Amino acid sequence: MSMKPVLLWSDMLILVLLALVVAGVWLLRHNETFRAPLRQVLARPLGAATALVLGVYVAIGLLDSVHYVERLPDGPQGEAQYSGEVLSALDALLTPLRERVEKTYSAPFATHLYAKETLTGPDGRQVRDYPRLVHGGAHLADTDQEFWGDVLLRGGLGALGGVIAWLLCFPLWKNRPAGRPFALTLLVTLVVLGLLVALAPHYHVLGTDKVGQDVLYLSLKSVRTGLLIGTLTTLVVLPLAIGLGIAAGYFGGRVDDLIQYLYTTLNSIPGVLLIAAAVLVVQVQIETHPDLFATAAARTDVRLLALCAILGLTGWTGLARLLRAEALKLRELEFVQAARAFGVTRARILARHLLPNVMHLVLISLVIDFSGLVLAEAVLSYVGVGVDPAMISFGNMINGARLELAREPVVWWQLAAAFLFMFVLVLAANLFADTVRDALDPRGSRP
Amino acid sequence: MSLTVKDLRVEIRAGGRTLTPVEGVDLVVGRDQCLALLGESGCGKSMTALALMRLLPEGGRVAAGRVELSREGAGVEDLLAQPESAMGQVRGGQLAMIFQEPQTSLNPVMTVAEQIGETLAAHRALTGVAARSEAGRLLEAVGLGTDKLDAYPFQLSGGQRQRALIAMMLAGEPEVLIADEPTTALDVTIQAQILKLLQDLRRERGMGLLLITHDLDVARDMTRGPDDRVAVMYAGQIVESAPGQALQAEPRHPYTQKLFAVLPRLERRGQRLDSLPGRVPVLDGSSAGCRFAERCPQVFERCRQEVPGFHGVAEGHWVRCHLADPEAASPADSQGRGVESAGENPPRPPFGKGGSEAGTPILAIDDLSVHFPIRKGLLKRTVGQVKAVDGVSLALAAGETLALVGESGCGKTTLARAVLRLIEPTGGEVRLAGEPLGGLRGEALRRKRAQMQIVFQDPFSSLNPRMGVGDILAEGMAALLPDLDRAGRARRTAELLDQVGLPADAAGRYPHEFSGGQRQRIAIARALAVRPKLLILDEPTSALDVSVQAQILNLLSDLRREHGLAYLFITHNLAVVSYLADRVAVMRGGKIVESGPVEQVLTRPRTDYTKLLLDSVPGQVLPDK
Amino acid sequence: MLNYLLRRVLYAIPILLGVNLLTFALFFMVNTPDDMARIHLGAKHVTPEAITRWKTEHGYDKPLFLNDQAPGPGAVTDTLFVEKSLKLFALDFGPADDGRDIAREIKTRMWPSLAIALPTFLVGLLAYLSFALLLVFFRGTALDTAGVVLCVALMSVSGLFYVIGGQYLMGKLWHWFPISGYQPGLEAWKFLLMPVLVSLVAGIGDSARFYRALFVEEIGKDYVRTARAKGLSELRVLFRHVLGNAMIPILTGVVVVIPRLFLGSLIIESFFGIPGLGSYTIDAIQAQDFAIVRSMVFLGSVLYIVGLVLTDLSYTLVDPRVRLE
Repeated sequence: MSMKPVLLWSDMLILVLLALVVAGVWLLRHNETFRAPLRQVLARPLGAATALVLGVYVAIGLLDSVHYVERLPDGPQGEAQYSGEVLSALDALLTPLRERVEKTYSAPFATHLYAKETLTGPDGRQVRDYPRLVHGGAHLADTDQEFWGDVLLRGGLGALGGVIAWLLCFPLWKNRPAGRPFALTLLVTLVVLGLLVALAPHYHVLGTDKVGQDVLYLSLKSVRTGLLIGTLTTLVVLPLAIGLGIAAGYFGGRVDDLIQYLYTTLNSIPGVLLIAAAVLVVQVQIETHPDLFATAAARTDVRLLALCAILGLTGWTGLARLLRAEALKLRELEFVQAARAFGVTRARILARHLLPNVMHLVLISLVIDFSGLVLAEAVLSYVGVGVDPAMISFGNMINGARLELAREPVVWWQLAAAFLFMFVLVLAANLFADTVRDALDPRGSRP
Repeated sequence: MSLTVKDLRVEIRAGGRTLTPVEGVDLVVGRDQCLALLGESGCGKSMTALALMRLLPEGGRVAAGRVELSREGAGVEDLLAQPESAMGQVRGGQLAMIFQEPQTSLNPVMTVAEQIGETLAAHRALTGVAARSEAGRLLEAVGLGTDKLDAYPFQLSGGQRQRALIAMMLAGEPEVLIADEPTTALDVTIQAQILKLLQDLRRERGMGLLLITHDLDVARDMTRGPDDRVAVMYAGQIVESAPGQALQAEPRHPYTQKLFAVLPRLERRGQRLDSLPGRVPVLDGSSAGCRFAERCPQVFERCRQEVPGFHGVAEGHWVRCHLADPEAASPADSQGRGVESAGENPPRPPFGKGGSEAGTPILAIDDLSVHFPIRKGLLKRTVGQVKAVDGVSLALAAGETLALVGESGCGKTTLARAVLRLIEPTGGEVRLAGEPLGGLRGEALRRKRAQMQIVFQDPFSSLNPRMGVGDILAEGMAALLPDLDRAGRARRTAELLDQVGLPADAAGRYPHEFSGGQRQRIAIARALAVRPKLLILDEPTSALDVSVQAQILNLLSDLRREHGLAYLFITHNLAVVSYLADRVAVMRGGKIVESGPVEQVLTRPRTDYTKLLLDSVPGQVLPDK
Repeated sequence: MLNYLLRRVLYAIPILLGVNLLTFALFFMVNTPDDMARIHLGAKHVTPEAITRWKTEHGYDKPLFLNDQAPGPGAVTDTLFVEKSLKLFALDFGPADDGRDIAREIKTRMWPSLAIALPTFLVGLLAYLSFALLLVFFRGTALDTAGVVLCVALMSVSGLFYVIGGQYLMGKLWHWFPISGYQPGLEAWKFLLMPVLVSLVAGIGDSARFYRALFVEEIGKDYVRTARAKGLSELRVLFRHVLGNAMIPILTGVVVVIPRLFLGSLIIESFFGIPGLGSYTIDAIQAQDFAIVRSMVFLGSVLYIVGLVLTDLSYTLVDPRVRLE
């Protein structure tokens, strides 16, 4: 089957971000003042372990950012026709999960549906019972007899595969100073991966949602949304915070007054209110101009970007204030005075003396903000001012699952899955942020 | 009453390593006795003091030793064996400590009376009116009026804060007072007052005083009494211990001898100062033998193999050196007299050529003023001015060294920055080689900048930590010497590193890899890069240890001779002035109060302020004292 | 002092103008009054006449910033911006787009909001500070480490789960409180206690860790060493010296939010169905009621500026170095 790659706006920005990161690393690869803290982050017990977890998430997110549409049979005039459904590499990888849709809810590892239905038995009589799932455990002839044996066998094989892969990775962690937590995290990651590979094609390991979609699939798809909110926002925050913050601190006077006025004004508006208002305005715009978007994916994508932009536009003030204070301090420092005594131009002083000496603050603040943004997405989506309701995200997952807690028995797995995936991501991000701050902050805050 | 420290060993865990900043230290401080613990930065003297108080920073612990406090009728107690709960009575009550930084050592949100009251409540159960009147008495005892009782620390000057801190520590009537560099952060006139106060207090109260200092002259002034002693520390160990007078008269350890030999003095003008190359070894327990061996001019085989023990060389005079071992024949006949290095240098004329030279001065400052407006009120109107520099006129001939002397806040640094046009002057004129700088803009100003450069005080903040040394040196060339291409700049960088005595591979390294003295060399090389005629040196050695200071002063005199540089040397250190400068200008409150040739100003001062400055200088810096 | 207050008031004017301009621009540049009318009328009733009528009824029939029809200064004053935004400076909120009086709504709805926000704030501040002090007192021990780990774990959980978990456990499973809703009068506490508890738990990770970091930084300072050298007990050092000085950075973050407590919490109120100002605002946003949003934004900004002034005033209480000229 042939396909056509699709480049969504967010994919483009991800590429830009990736290019920036790669270029930065390439440019600074010989710079000891850059490499030393990096090494330090990775040498700390939690640094390497959390970096690994974040790496897994990023890999999922990147896979989910390679988009394409499938080619349909040619139209009557022989022109190429494409499906309106935009898929990603992750979708292709998870095809079994994506396509095995049940009728409605089913619990993790269930072989039968959550709700009773009227079934017609082999003898033609009608009974009220839990129907078998179409896909989950469908290969089992007798679910009561074979279930545990099958799960244990497959699970055992998967876990074994994970352990073998872990042993193969031995050279990766054998000589690391902070090897043990890293090795343990790697082991857990690989075993979980092995289990999923072995079990997920045959069971709904995290159950299914109201319309029968696999919850594991939904959770994995939510990762990209969370990551995008956490990272693309920085594309807006960085230039504003760095530019305005440093300018205010270094130039002082009128420039400072103006920039301070700007951020006091922005700060004075209650944050959620401003974001909510802005998102609604964007939403109305999107709704009144449906012709601008070729596919549903493009529409949700633009809404997502708009959310990032809004979060960025309202979120730069904290970092800017921090950088202003730092620039104020730096401009009086003697190496800046020495540069001025040489008649070095302002632009050059800003670029060579100010900027490199505040970059650690920028990095620290970025990693700290990241987890906050991931959490904010969930809340905003929940309230209805986040990402498009049609987009798979943690907030929408929780939103869809929340009311089902009232059911009897409780439909808990959707919430549990969202909780687990978010918690691991945010916890890893928080711990990573701590390590980065410890490594980069010259004040050396102790644990 | 006495405080006895036996075989003290302190360990610090940092970054997975265990360092031993203090090892095998023995001390005794008796009643009304002053023990000066003397050493350069990083020798472990502050750690020793904190260990006595059991106030070591996190990660630090006392690994071995005893700290005994004996009192009449109370017997001997080992402080290190006490539970932490008992230390509350010891700290402040028996052992008290004052610190270096009066700016930060007082709680900023409590009044002086409250802070003294806390000690009174803890040790003498005094509260309320009784505490207040006692606090008032204590303040008077340290030379502050009772009107300062309700003052907050920010309302006091540096010297007043140090007095308040002393009052706070006296409140518990301690038997021994530990003073950790009590005057290092203070101006010289204030230093003299505080030192005198400490002397008086210990006599009146019969206190023991453990004075920790890096300043030989302070140690000398404070240990003039017959019972007073000096202990010299190096790399975590005491290397020499002697009565104060004996140590001054005849230092026996090669390190102590070096410490005396590197000091700048008027009588050493024109001579090369002796220097002490190398650095203090890392104290991770890896060194065998004598810790000073790597830097010792008289090192011999045994020093590297065997840790030297203490040997008595005179009554009460002990040295940790193999040379002093009476049982072993020393390899050198002369007992280390070789350190006096004056003989190695050909005698040079004691004074530079400056001053006498006719023609246009390289720098002429005429009635220069820098005023900062004070804004107040609703519309921030200017209601007054701080006259940081107020009508200063100075002239500096080519190749001449003019020292600008003054205490903190006198406007000397502002003056330097105004001369460089880093701050816009409010009035007056600066002429560089006859051409006025005022009003110059852009390219014209830039060309002038190549003729004068500046070296700052703090070797840590004066180099951009994110730039390689090569880039730091090339920055000025790129801006001011447009004729040089990249290769030319690299050539000149190598040349400069050689001139200031740094290895050629330094260009590829970053500032944090260098010590304070090396950084100061880099800063000097950076200034020299654009071939200036005039260097403004803003306290270039005051952040450095004396042995490093000597190296930098030597470098500065070499450069002056080789390149005919003129220096505007800003400093508060009169010893350095007497050694290096041709002429002196004394500054106070933004004005020049006196100026003239260095010998005349230092030996026959005309104004009271200069006299006060000179009288306040500790030790025997100046010949007349 | 008077000078200071006067200057703050003068400085507030351009900020509030800026806030108004921003909200105004946000709504009207992107969303014209015509769009608003269309949304309010619903798809079925959209005719040009109906739009014009709606606009006239709700006072949206004037140009945005410049009225070239009006004579003289009216060109500037007889506009939507002046009409709708500048009246706010007199705290004249006018009617909402659905016709109800905003000022009255605010007066009735601020009480439930305060009833949740104030206890949350006060109890929270006390609890978080105590917890942080406890950790700092035992710093370096296993208790401290466990506490910090707990904080990081708690702050890694989305607030949504605290709400959902609270409602599920306390409401559904244990039947302590109604899951959501509100009832004025003495019975109100039943409805208020759960949101307060949930907010408290949700905030502890972030705040306690932040305060602990402040305390640890303060403990490293020289004056603390002086206090110890005087022989003071660790408790006295912590409470008198460390806490006293740490109050300065703590107040920076705390006092500024006090006036805003009136506005309630958008999220908590809408989750628990509390008829406070927070849920009022959320409803208004979802209903595209510009009049309410504009009023709430303005009120929020005024309260923020009041908070800044209060912060400065509170500094004079804890920091003798601060004097308001």
